[in-house]
Amino acid sequence: MRGFSRRRLLGWTGAGAAVAGVGAVAGFTAGAAEPAAPDPASRVVPFRGVHQAGITTPAQDRLHFVALDLTTTDRAAVASLLRRWTTAAERMTVGAEAAPGGAVNRNPEAPPSDTGEALGLPAASLTITLGIGGSLLDKLGIPRPPELAELPPFTGDQIDPALSGGDLCLQACADDPQVAVHAVRNLVRTGFGTTAVRWSQLGFGRTSSTSTTQQTHRNLFGFKDGTNNLKAEDGALLDEHVWVPPSQGPAWLAGGTYLVARRIRMHVETWDRTSLAEQESLTGRTKGEGAPIGQPREFDLPDLAPTSPIGEDAHIRLASAQNLGGVRIMRRGYNFVDGSDGSGHLNAGLFFVAFMRDPHRQFVPMQSALARRDKMMEYIEHTGSAVFAVPPGLGDGAYWGQSLLEG
Amino acid sequence: MTRRSLAVAAVAAAAALVALAGCTSTAPPPPGAQGAGGPIQVRAGDTSCDVSATEAPAGNVTFSVQNTGTKVTEFYLLGTGDRILGEVENVGPGLTRQLIVEVPQGGQYTTACKPGMVGDGIRGPFTVTGNVPGSAEGDALLAGAVTGYKRYTTSQIEALVTRTQEFTDAVKRGDVPAAQALYPVARTYWERVEPVAESFGDLDPRIDGRDDGEPGVEFTGYHRLERDLWATGLQPDTNVMADRLMTDIRELQTRVAGIELTPLQLANGAKELLDEVATGKITGEEDRYSHTDLWDFRANVDGSQAAIAALRPVLDQRDPALGPLLDQRFRDVDVLLENYRQGDGFVLYTQLTPEDTRRMTEAIDALGEPVSQVAAVVSA
Repeated sequence: MRGFSRRRLLGWTGAGAAVAGVGAVAGFTAGAAEPAAPDPASRVVPFRGVHQAGITTPAQDRLHFVALDLTTTDRAAVASLLRRWTTAAERMTVGAEAAPGGAVNRNPEAPPSDTGEALGLPAASLTITLGIGGSLLDKLGIPRPPELAELPPFTGDQIDPALSGGDLCLQACADDPQVAVHAVRNLVRTGFGTTAVRWSQLGFGRTSSTSTTQQTHRNLFGFKDGTNNLKAEDGALLDEHVWVPPSQGPAWLAGGTYLVARRIRMHVETWDRTSLAEQESLTGRTKGEGAPIGQPREFDLPDLAPTSPIGEDAHIRLASAQNLGGVRIMRRGYNFVDGSDGSGHLNAGLFFVAFMRDPHRQFVPMQSALARRDKMMEYIEHTGSAVFAVPPGLGDGAYWGQSLLEG
Repeated sequence: MTRRSLAVAAVAAAAALVALAGCTSTAPPPPGAQGAGGPIQVRAGDTSCDVSATEAPAGNVTFSVQNTGTKVTEFYLLGTGDRILGEVENVGPGLTRQLIVEVPQGGQYTTACKPGMVGDGIRGPFTVTGNVPGSAEGDALLAGAVTGYKRYTTSQIEALVTRTQEFTDAVKRGDVPAAQALYPVARTYWERVEPVAESFGDLDPRIDGRDDGEPGVEFTGYHRLERDLWATGLQPDTNVMADRLMTDIRELQTRVAGIELTPLQLANGAKELLDEVATGKITGEEDRYSHTDLWDFRANVDGSQAAIAALRPVLDQRDPALGPLLDQRFRDVDVLLENYRQGDGFVLYTQLTPEDTRRMTEAIDALGEPVSQVAAVVSA
C-alpha cells in the first residue's frame, strides 16, 4: 500500500481549496439562480423553482431532518398545513422569522409566533425540502406509485421502526446548525394538531459533494465519501437518474424525485482498531487522497477490471455504476454523533440521504449488493430506513404538495 | 406541583379585576327572575332526565331538581363548549334541590342530569329567549367569565375539602385500601383548580410537594401520604401528616374565597394545566408511588376546559374560529383518555406503553397550541 507524506497531503488540501474558490465563481455564472452575496453566510437559496431546493443545491454543512406522521386523515387539514408550512418555510429561507410579528413584536400576552433562536442569524443557505411518504397516500386514499413501495429487508439490517418511515419529511439544510434546527422546530410547531414528529436526525459535515464547486468531505471512517456522486452540473445525467419524467408518472410527481434515507450506525471504535491497509482495501480507495486503489488522484476512474488491485468485494466496486448496470444516485448524506450508546461507545454514523428516480431500480440493487458482500458491513448497521416522494419545485403562489392534493 | 412557582395575582391585574367585578355588582338585577309558571321541574332518574320546560326568557332561570332514581345525581345547565352556567351536585335519591341560574344572553343551551355523577350525562336542548340589556358587551362577557370560573373553583374546592377529609380519615384509621382508593379521587379536585391553588406559593409545596431529596425541605402533603400508603408503609408521623394536609386544605379554601381573578389568569391557567399534563402526568412523575397519574391527567384537562368554557362567550365574539377548534381538540383528548378508563378510574401509569404516551403527547400538543392563543384573544 502506498503511503503519503504530510507535506503531500497539505499540498493537496491547498490545491483543493483553490479549485473550490474558482469553482464557486463558475457556479454563479453557470447556475445563475443563486445571486452572489458578499458574505457567504448570508447567501439565500431560492425557495421556488423547477425542482425543490436542497437536492442539487451545493450541500450545506448541517442538516436537521424530521419525519412526521399525520394525526388526521382530513385532506383539507393537510392542505391547510402545507400552505402554512410553505409560507413559513419561504420566509425562513430568506432569513425572516417564521411568521409576521415573529419572536418579539406581537401581543405580549400571546406566545411568540417565531421561537426566536435564529434572531440575528443570516439565511445561511437554508433549504427546506418536503417529502411525501407512501403511508400518507394510503391515509388520504391516493394511489401509491410503485416506486414508493416499502424497501425490502436487507441482510444485516437492524431497523428500528421508531427511527423509520413517516407520512411526511422535512429536510432542512443550512451552513449554521441553529438555522436548520430553528426551521424544523417552527414547522413542527405549526404542525401540532395535524402532524406529530415520528423521528428526527441532526447531521454535520456533509459527507457528499453535490456540486463540482465542492471538495469531497469525509465520513466518520475518515474516508472521502461521494467522490463519484452525481453533481448539480451533470444536467443530462440528473434527468436520467434523479428527476421523475412526466412519462414515468404519477402526474403530481413530474419534475420531482424520490428520497431514500438510511440511518447507518458506524462502529467507529472497531474501525479505528483496523489497520490502514485493511481500511483502504475494504473501501477500495486510499485514505489520504481518496484515489481509487492503483490510481494517483481522487477523480481518476477506478480500474474495475477483474485483474485490478481493487478487491472484488471492495465498497467502491460493489457500489459502482459498472457493477450495477449503470445505476447511479445523487447522495446527500451527513455524519452524525447522537451522544453515546450507554455501553461506552459513540452513537455515531452516517445519515444516508439520496435522491433518485426509482428507489427499487437504483437504491435497492445497490444496497442489496453491498449488504451481501461489502466487508465494510462488519463495521456498520442500518438502524433506520425511509422512502419519500419529493414533489417538484414550486411555481409562484403554489404551495408544497399542491399538485398532489389538487391535481 | 409545577417546576416553577406561578405568581398569579399581580397588583395591576388585581386592580383591573376590581373594575370588572364592579360592572357586575353595580348592574341592576336581571329581570324575569322566575318564569310565569314557577320553577322548571326536573325529574332526574337513573336513565332519564325529564325537564318540564325547554325554554325560558333571559334572566334568572330556576330549576327544581328532584332525584327520582337510586343513584346520587347532578344537574347542569351548559352553554357552548360545555360552559357550566349552573349546577347542583350531590343530590341524593328522593331529595329535591333548587338551582337558580343567571342566563343574561339568549341562545341554545343544554340541560344535563348525571346519575352516578359520571360521563356526559343525559342531555337535552334548552332555549333562552331575549337578552338582559348590556349583557353581550365585552366587559360584561369578561366579568361573566370570571364569575363563572370563580363559581367553578368554589365548587371544586368544596368537594376537595370533603374528599380530602374522607381520605385523611381513612389514613388515620389505618385503612390502607380505603385510603388508596380515595387518594386519586381527592386529588382530582386539587388538579382541576391547580393554577389557582398554586398561586399560594407557600401552600402549594406543603400540599403537593414531591420528595426530591433536597436537604432541609420537609416532605408533606398528598405525596407524603401517597408514599406511606404505597411504598414505605404507615409511619409514626403519618397521622400528623394527615392532619396537617387537612389543615392546609382548609386554609386553601379560606384563601381562595378571597381571591380575585382576571380573565387573563383564566386563560393562562388553562394553558398551565396542559403544561402540567405534558411535563408531570404523561411522564409519570406526579404520582410516582401510586401511578394514578391518569386521574390527575383527566382532572387537569377538566380544569383547563372549564376555564376555556368560562371564557367562551368572549372567544366567540372576538375569534369565532377558535372555539370550535378548541372543542374538537378537547374532544380528541377525551376520546383518547377513554381508552384507558378502568372502572371508575383509569389504568395505572405503569401499564402504559411508549406508544400510549406518544399518542397522549400528540393530543396535548395539538390542544396546547390553540389554548396558548386564548390569552392574547382575551387581553386584546
